[in-house]
Amino acid sequence: MHTRTLAQLVQDLRARRVSATELTQHFLGRIERFAPALNAFVTVTAEQALAQAATADRRLAAGDAPPLAGVPIAHKDIFCTAGVKTSCGSKMLDNFVAPYDATVVERLAAAGAVMLGKTNMDEFAMGSSSETSYYGPVKNPWDHSLVPGGSSGGSAAAVAARLAPAATGTDTGGSIRQPAALSGITGLKPTYGRVSRYGMIAFASSLDHGGVLAQTAEDCALVLEAMAGFDARDSTSLDEPVPPYGKLVNERWDGVTIGVPESFFDDGLEPGTAAAVRAALEDLAKAGAKLKSVELPNMHMSVPAYYVVAPAEASSNLSRYDGIRFGYRSPNADGEDLLTFYMRSRGEGFGAEVKRRILTGTYVLSAGYFDAYYLKAQRVRKLIADDFARAFRECDIVAGPTVPSPAFRIGDKTDDPVQMYLNDIYTIGADLAGLPAISVPCGLVRGLPVGLHLVSPPLTETKLLKTAHYYQRATDWHTRVPAAAEYAR
Amino acid sequence: MLSQDDIRQLCRLARLEITAGEIADVQAKLSSIVAMVDQLQAIDTEGVTPMAHPLDRPQRLRPDEVTDKDAHERYQRNAPLVERDLYLVPKVIE
Repeated sequence: MHTRTLAQLVQDLRARRVSATELTQHFLGRIERFAPALNAFVTVTAEQALAQAATADRRLAAGDAPPLAGVPIAHKDIFCTAGVKTSCGSKMLDNFVAPYDATVVERLAAAGAVMLGKTNMDEFAMGSSSETSYYGPVKNPWDHSLVPGGSSGGSAAAVAARLAPAATGTDTGGSIRQPAALSGITGLKPTYGRVSRYGMIAFASSLDHGGVLAQTAEDCALVLEAMAGFDARDSTSLDEPVPPYGKLVNERWDGVTIGVPESFFDDGLEPGTAAAVRAALEDLAKAGAKLKSVELPNMHMSVPAYYVVAPAEASSNLSRYDGIRFGYRSPNADGEDLLTFYMRSRGEGFGAEVKRRILTGTYVLSAGYFDAYYLKAQRVRKLIADDFARAFRECDIVAGPTVPSPAFRIGDKTDDPVQMYLNDIYTIGADLAGLPAISVPCGLVRGLPVGLHLVSPPLTETKLLKTAHYYQRATDWHTRVPAAAEYAR
Repeated sequence: MLSQDDIRQLCRLARLEITAGEIADVQAKLSSIVAMVDQLQAIDTEGVTPMAHPLDRPQRLRPDEVTDKDAHERYQRNAPLVERDLYLVPKVIE
């Protein structure tokens, strides 16, 4: 049952081959059995899930069921869930019970989806390995000694181990696509503003995107259709109609022109990954795509530009955690002055990586450095966005690897933040430019999954998803399940 | 390379306490991050407009009307200490 795709489960539920309650019980059972070893969940909401499933069953029986009625999903613990702990992977919010639902949560619930629980993640989504969580590192289902990627690592591990058919995620520098690639699943980050950020705990507001991780591009299309759309409560929400992505991905694919930046295939790319991505591009060409060489001359500056812009916005966003209105308050500040009270609550509540980002952001925004760092990075951001715009005059989609190499060992990069940051070298550009992008499994390197990365112009999710879907019709990498812990059985 | 005094000043600005045991590590790692982002200086950005945001459209405005209902009781459930609808803070000696 759990190896069925979300699209297949929708059909199974409609045809009453399985009930929402049975499906929910099945996935809750798998979570109970496998999630602790993977450390994939922060909270499991079994009781609430069964209640939502019962409602879905009634509506399925009555024939007025919404599109995702009875489909179990998991939410990244960055999305506020009313009455349920929402930790963002931080000690700072370990005691935080969200007073309202994020728009994403609200819309998926309205579409009938059943929430299984909240998934583990890098603290405040700051990381590429899911190791910075206050709740400990998430393990990769393909090999428990490896990271699943991050920051949406709990969501990726849950879908990869078939503990949920789909899970929500967020992507600021690659946090959906990079863990999708390292965990052997599909991850979609839509256009900036396509999915509401309301109730999605802020990291870097001009870069934060909500999205989805699932087995297939078709599944991502179905979930995106339910979660996307205008929201007056997010001032950067796009007021554009939401196409029926789930239906459109199955329409005729006329082939596309795929631009391939040759500069991506340099010494920094692990040879096995390079070969798998080249083979995937050949498969796409056989299916009818035209391949063309394109140039993105400023992409090598995306990591430095990002590590100015993102920490700057984070230092401002995270100033709200003051120990007074909500979140962690130090018990060791009685009788101290106010400055010490703030500093101690924040110093004890935040982990090491979050502190580094706040301090980096404070540094680049401080008097005398603002022009040299912050404005400079915003100018380079423009050059990177222009590179994409220029490439899209010659092609429909830009393709390449999602990540430079397969999953690495837990602990291997924790001592070298710059090495860790370089993991996002291929994904950050699409965040800086706000473009839709997807990672699809495209091979195994020494038994570990790697991803093909596709990027397209603003609001062309249909073309992007369709291309990924046709690739998945022609290949079977997305059906591979980690053998390590009998997840397939 | 940032000095330990630079780190202490940043911590004050960011309202973030770093323990004596952490400071050397923070100093080393922050310095390597700053060295990495310094690569930006090599790029010619003369005449390029800074990009603050991916949305190429003006900020949406709405009428200046109260739309949220009072929900302080619900919000204050997450507060460390509340009395008579007020957030309580530890006694502060200034």
